[in-house]
Amino acid sequence: MPDAMPNSSQAMTAVAVQSPFEPRIVAFFCNWCTYLAADLAGTSRLKYAANVRVVRVMCSGRVDPQFVLDAFAHGADGVLIGGCHPGDCHYQEGNYKALRRYRLLKRLLGQMGIEEERLRLEWISASEAERFRWVMNDMVEHVRVLGPLHFEPAKEVFAEEVAV
Amino acid sequence: MAGKPKVALYWCASCGGCEETVVDLAEALLDVVAAIDIVFWPVALDFKRNDLEAMPDGTLLATFVNGAIRTTEQEEMARLLRCKSKLLLAFGSCSHLGGIPGLANLFDRQSIFASIYRESPSTVNAEGVLPHLRHKDNGHTVELPGFYQTVRTLSQIVDVDYYVPGCPPTPRTVRTALQTLLGGELPPKGTLLAPDTALCEECPRKDSKPENLSISQFKRPHEVLIDEEKCLLAQGLLCMGPATRGGCEAPCIHGNMPCTGCGGPTSRVKDQGAKILSSLASLVEGKEVAEIDHALATIPDPVGSFYRYSLPSSLLRRKKLDNSKDLETSPR
Repeated sequence: MPDAMPNSSQAMTAVAVQSPFEPRIVAFFCNWCTYLAADLAGTSRLKYAANVRVVRVMCSGRVDPQFVLDAFAHGADGVLIGGCHPGDCHYQEGNYKALRRYRLLKRLLGQMGIEEERLRLEWISASEAERFRWVMNDMVEHVRVLGPLHFEPAKEVFAEEVAV
Repeated sequence: MAGKPKVALYWCASCGGCEETVVDLAEALLDVVAAIDIVFWPVALDFKRNDLEAMPDGTLLATFVNGAIRTTEQEEMARLLRCKSKLLLAFGSCSHLGGIPGLANLFDRQSIFASIYRESPSTVNAEGVLPHLRHKDNGHTVELPGFYQTVRTLSQIVDVDYYVPGCPPTPRTVRTALQTLLGGELPPKGTLLAPDTALCEECPRKDSKPENLSISQFKRPHEVLIDEEKCLLAQGLLCMGPATRGGCEAPCIHGNMPCTGCGGPTSRVKDQGAKILSSLASLVEGKEVAEIDHALATIPDPVGSFYRYSLPSSLLRRKKLDNSKDLETSPR
């Protein structure tokens, strides 16, 4: 589900001038496709935004929604899940399960005051290094425009209250 | 009398159902009273905070606290009871997980006050008076407890020794908890006094749960005539059983209603809502976004359904506070 390639480099520059905000993105990549695409991008010396912290999982279907919520609760500004294209799952159905969870999890995040765009699911095969690079950069730019999530400060308010 | 262990019961943000469950012990209540002395129980006995403060620390063998922590008064009482008790038990879903009052964490104090004291159709409040901490009238000052932005669980305030799950805990759970406390050998601190298995394990309809389940539409209990024998999930009802701790003997299922999750998660799960979301969503029919969304649209309120009892103890704890609003951090 690639979004149209946006021309957001201008927006990116404008925001960068105002604040030094660097989005923190946590990514869960499937061992068989997206992680290999990341590998290929690396060996091909493709340059892309360095904001992404990658966690390798065996399948996008292994990404427990708890992982995503935990990332947001601990300071992630965005979470990216990368899996195999539909029909290509190493375990037949894992990516479909990921897709179904993702669709519901986005709605849940919306209810919790977290913009749905902060969570993203992308299908990237092992050979798509160029697409991998574009997705990384595009995700970082989108989250940069959204700004910091600041879920942590919400918890600080909570801590201050306790101290009263 | 003096030799009997002293026990206290207290309530915070709760409905009173947990107090009711003590009465539901029926004849067994006589055995309880024979074995322990209840020395502080505001709902039933006329003892005051002063009486509690006068006790030396550690006087009480155990205190059962039900209800979530919403106000400064509840927090103070939780701390006071902690000092006076050798063992502190979180009793019932609100104290254990945040409970139904914890769903208020989807809102902030300003909107709650506005809704309750100004906007609700039955409210007459022409001057728009909101509760505040101190009020002076004719030279007298009256005080109200402060109201926090966020509802919390008991263990987010004080050290908790044991947890008794359920909304409310069933009489059997209560009996087991009491027997454990009086039985001599205490379980390790932090133990949840209920089995560590999902409700499905003890569900009377367990055998009718299909191997492969595929759901194209979720149905709400009022929309269908529910089959009394068949697995509720297989009928498309949103049943929290797979992600909920059992031990309650499934009274809701016996009443032909789906589990709503009051037992909280098992020890292997941190976030009950995320786990049931994971489980239910993966059962949904379809491989295309439109088809999946169509099926999932039949869950109108994911947070309210999946975190009905556990929002304050979930990974996110509350809805993100709107930073653009002037949110005072002190209670009022």
